[in-house]
Amino acid sequence: MSEIAEEIEHQEIANEYKELLTFFLAGEEYGVDILRVQEIKGWDTVTNIPNTPEYIRGVINIRGSIVPIIDMRLRFNLEKRDYDATTVVIVLNVMRGNKESRTMGIVVDAVSDVYNIPLDDVKASPDFGTAVDTEFVTGLATVNEKMIIVLDIDHMLNAAELEVIDTISE
Amino acid sequence: MSIDLAQFHETFFEESFEGLDVMESGLLELEQGEVDLENINTIFRSAHSIKGGSGTFGFTAVADFTHDMETLLDQMRNGDRQVTADIVNVLLGCVDTLRSMLTAIKDKEDVDVTAVAEMSAKLQAILNGEVVHDGAPGEQVNDTVVTSKEQSTGDGWNICFTPFQDIMKTGNDTVRLIRELRELAQESEVEAITDNLPALEEIDPEGSYISWNIRLYGQDINEEEIREVFAWVDDECELEIKPLVVGAAYTGPERRDDSRRQEDAPDRRSTDRRSKASESSSIRVNISKVDELINMVGELVITQSMLSQFGDDEFNEQHLERLKDGLSQLESHTRELQESVMRIRMMPISFAFQRFPRLVHDLSTQFGKKIELVMSGENTELDKTVLEKIGDPLVHLVRNSLDHGIESPESRINAGKSETGVIELKAYHQGGNIVIEIRDDGAGLNKEKILTKARDNNLIGNDERLSDEQIYDLIFRPGFSTADVISDVSGRGVGMDVVRRNIRELGGAVDVASSPGEGSVFTIRLPLTLAILDGQLVGIGDETYILPVISIVESLQVREENINAVAGNAEVYRLREEYIPIVRLYQIFDIQPASEKLSDGLLVVVEAEGKKIAIFVDDLLGQQQVVIKSLETNFRKVEGVSGATILGNGTVSLIIDIAGLIELYQNDIAGLAPSVKGAA
Repeated sequence: MSEIAEEIEHQEIANEYKELLTFFLAGEEYGVDILRVQEIKGWDTVTNIPNTPEYIRGVINIRGSIVPIIDMRLRFNLEKRDYDATTVVIVLNVMRGNKESRTMGIVVDAVSDVYNIPLDDVKASPDFGTAVDTEFVTGLATVNEKMIIVLDIDHMLNAAELEVIDTISE
Repeated sequence: MSIDLAQFHETFFEESFEGLDVMESGLLELEQGEVDLENINTIFRSAHSIKGGSGTFGFTAVADFTHDMETLLDQMRNGDRQVTADIVNVLLGCVDTLRSMLTAIKDKEDVDVTAVAEMSAKLQAILNGEVVHDGAPGEQVNDTVVTSKEQSTGDGWNICFTPFQDIMKTGNDTVRLIRELRELAQESEVEAITDNLPALEEIDPEGSYISWNIRLYGQDINEEEIREVFAWVDDECELEIKPLVVGAAYTGPERRDDSRRQEDAPDRRSTDRRSKASESSSIRVNISKVDELINMVGELVITQSMLSQFGDDEFNEQHLERLKDGLSQLESHTRELQESVMRIRMMPISFAFQRFPRLVHDLSTQFGKKIELVMSGENTELDKTVLEKIGDPLVHLVRNSLDHGIESPESRINAGKSETGVIELKAYHQGGNIVIEIRDDGAGLNKEKILTKARDNNLIGNDERLSDEQIYDLIFRPGFSTADVISDVSGRGVGMDVVRRNIRELGGAVDVASSPGEGSVFTIRLPLTLAILDGQLVGIGDETYILPVISIVESLQVREENINAVAGNAEVYRLREEYIPIVRLYQIFDIQPASEKLSDGLLVVVEAEGKKIAIFVDDLLGQQQVVIKSLETNFRKVEGVSGATILGNGTVSLIIDIAGLIELYQNDIAGLAPSVKGAA
C-alpha cells in the first residue's frame, strides 16, 4: 500500500470512520474496505487455469498483469447463479504478509453502495447466520436498518488453496 | 582553479577493484607454478595504478600499503626474489586487505587499522628477508582457534552471529543453526538483535535481518564444535565467537581481537563480491550496442511519422498499400529494437565464473586437496537476471565437486590417478539454451550409498528397481542429504534439491551423469533470457496454449497404425524407430477438446530434460514471440504451466512448462497403473 493510502487510513482511524464498498451475494450484503478496491468491471471471458478448484474461474488481463478471478458463490458453496447484467468483478488489492500486494478479482451478484460507517458501529459477528465462513468476517455493521457483513479480504483471499503451492515452493 | 576530485572517486574505485581482481587472478596463476614475467608485470602494473590513484586522491594509507607491495613485486620482477607459495599467500592476503580498505573508504567507514598494520608487518618481514611461515588466511584462522582454545576453558561462549540478508536463499536456516548450537550446551541464552530490521513494507520475506547474541554455558564446549555448526554459512554471515570469562582470568585480549579482525577480512571480501555479483543495479554496456539502439529508434521515429501521415488527411484505398508497408516496417523495427534491448542485458558468464579461482584456492587449502580449475567459454553471454541468479547454485555445485567429488591426494594416487584433481567449468550455447557443465575427475557418485540412503529416507520403495540415471537423480530429491552419503568429509551436505529448485525457477534444468572412478558431470541448461519466448500457439477445445518453440522436435499428422496402447491406459506413438508416449493434454488439464479421436488432431513432439512426449492438440495456430508474465505475481505457481502471456486480442494464454508437464503425465500414469493391473 502506498504511504498516502496508509496515511488516509490512519486519519480514518483517528476519525473512527471506515468507508465500505458493499455488494450482494446470495441475498446478503457484504462490505469491503474501499481503499482496497482497484476497479469494478463487468464479467468477461477468462482463461481457465488447469487443475485448480472450481471457484478459481481463471485469469484475465488487466492492463498487462495477469489477475486471477474467484467466484464468491462457488468459494462459499452457495447455489450457482448464471452471470447476468448485474454480475460484476470487483478487483481488489490483497495484502499478503505485510508487504506484498496482489491483485485479485472476485465475482459477485451485484454492487450495492458506498457507506461511511463509524468504526464503533462494527460489531463482532455472531458465530452463525452468514453464508460466508465467520472466519473471514471482521464484523457486522448496521446502516439504515440493514445489516452489512464486513469481510476480511486479506484473510479470505490468502486462505486455503491459494497458498498451498506457495508454501511448497518456498 | 580548483577541481573537485570527488567526481572521479567512483571511477577510481571501480578501476581499483578491477585491478584487484586482475592481481588476484594473476597471483593465483603464479601459485600454480607458472613464474611468468609478463604475469608479474601485470600484477605490478595494477598495484602501481592503485598506488598512483590513491596518492592523487589523498588516500595515503592505501598508497603506503601498496607501495610496500610494489617493492616486493618489483624484487620478484627483477628476479631478486624467488617466488614462493608463502609470498604468494601473503600477497593474496594483501589484496584482501586492500580490498577491504578501499571498500571502507568508498563507504565512508573507518579503515580497520589493526588488520592493515598486521598485514603490512608481514610484508615488511618478507622485505627484510625473514622467512615467513604464514599460510593462507584459512590457516591463520586455525592458528587462532588453537590459541583461543588453550586460553578459554572458561564458563562458556558468547557468539555474535550476524547472517547476511540473503542467507536463507542459499538454503540455510538460522533457526536450525541456533538449535544445533543449543544442543551443544547445557544451558543457553539467545538474544535477537533487531537493530537492522527495516520498516515493515520494505522487508523482503526471504531476507534475514536479525542478528543473534548467543550465550552457551558449559565447561566442555570447544570452539571447533561451534565453528563446525557454522561451517556451511561462514561466508554468509559475520561471526564472532568469544569465550565468556568471569573475572580477569583472560590474558590476551589484544591478540584475540587482532586475529578476529584478520578473520573478518576475507569475510568482508566475500561480501563485497556478493554485493557486486547480486545487487549491482547498473551495467556497463558496450558503446556499439548503444549506437545500434539509437539507430533503431531513429528508424522507428521515421516509420512513425510516415504512419501518422495517414491520420492527417482523408484515408482512401490508395493509401492502403503504403499503410501495409508502413506496418510491416514497424513490425521489423520493433523486433530489431527488442533484440537490441535484449542484447544490452546480455553479459558474459565470466562475471559468474570469476569468483571460482579464489573459491577453489581457499577450499582446496582447507580440505587439503590438490585441485586444478579449468574454465572455458567465459565469454558466453546470457541474460543479466539469469546470470545473477545462477551464481549461488554454481557455487554449491563447485563446492560439492570439490568436497565430495575429488578424492584426497593419497587415494587418488592409490587409484592410479594424478595427484591433482581437475574441476572443469564449461559454458556454451546449444540451441536457444546456454549450457554450463561442472565436471570433476573424482570418484564419481556411489550408487550403493545413494540407494541405501534413499531407502532409509523412504524416498523409494525397498524393491524398486532404478536405472543408473534414476539413481543419480535421487540426489536432487528434497530430504536427501548428500552429507554422510557420498563422503564423510563435511558435517552437512549442500542441499541439491535447493540447487535444482533455483535452476528450475530460472526455467532451466540440471542433471548429473557419473561413472565410478572417473568422476561426475553436472549439466545445467538455462534459457538465454527470461522475458521473451518464441511460442507455438496450439488450440485445444476453446483454449489456446503456448508451447516453447525450442522444445518442439516436430509436429505431425497421426497415422492410426502407429498408435499402440501400452498396459491399457497409456498410449505410445511409433515415430520412425522410437516409441513416444502420447499425452492427451485435455485429460491432464481437464478441459473439453474438439475431438478425442487422435486422427482428428495433430501430435506435437516435444522434448525436455532428454525425455520426449507427443502432445495431442486440436490445431496448430501459428508462431509468435510472447512476453512471459508470471502467474505467481497475483496467483500462485501452477503445475505444468510456466507462465502466461497476453495475446494480440488481449486475452490471456498459458505457456506450457514441458518438463513440468512430463512430470504431471508420469504421475498420472503412475497413479493409474496399479488400478489397471489390479483389474487385470
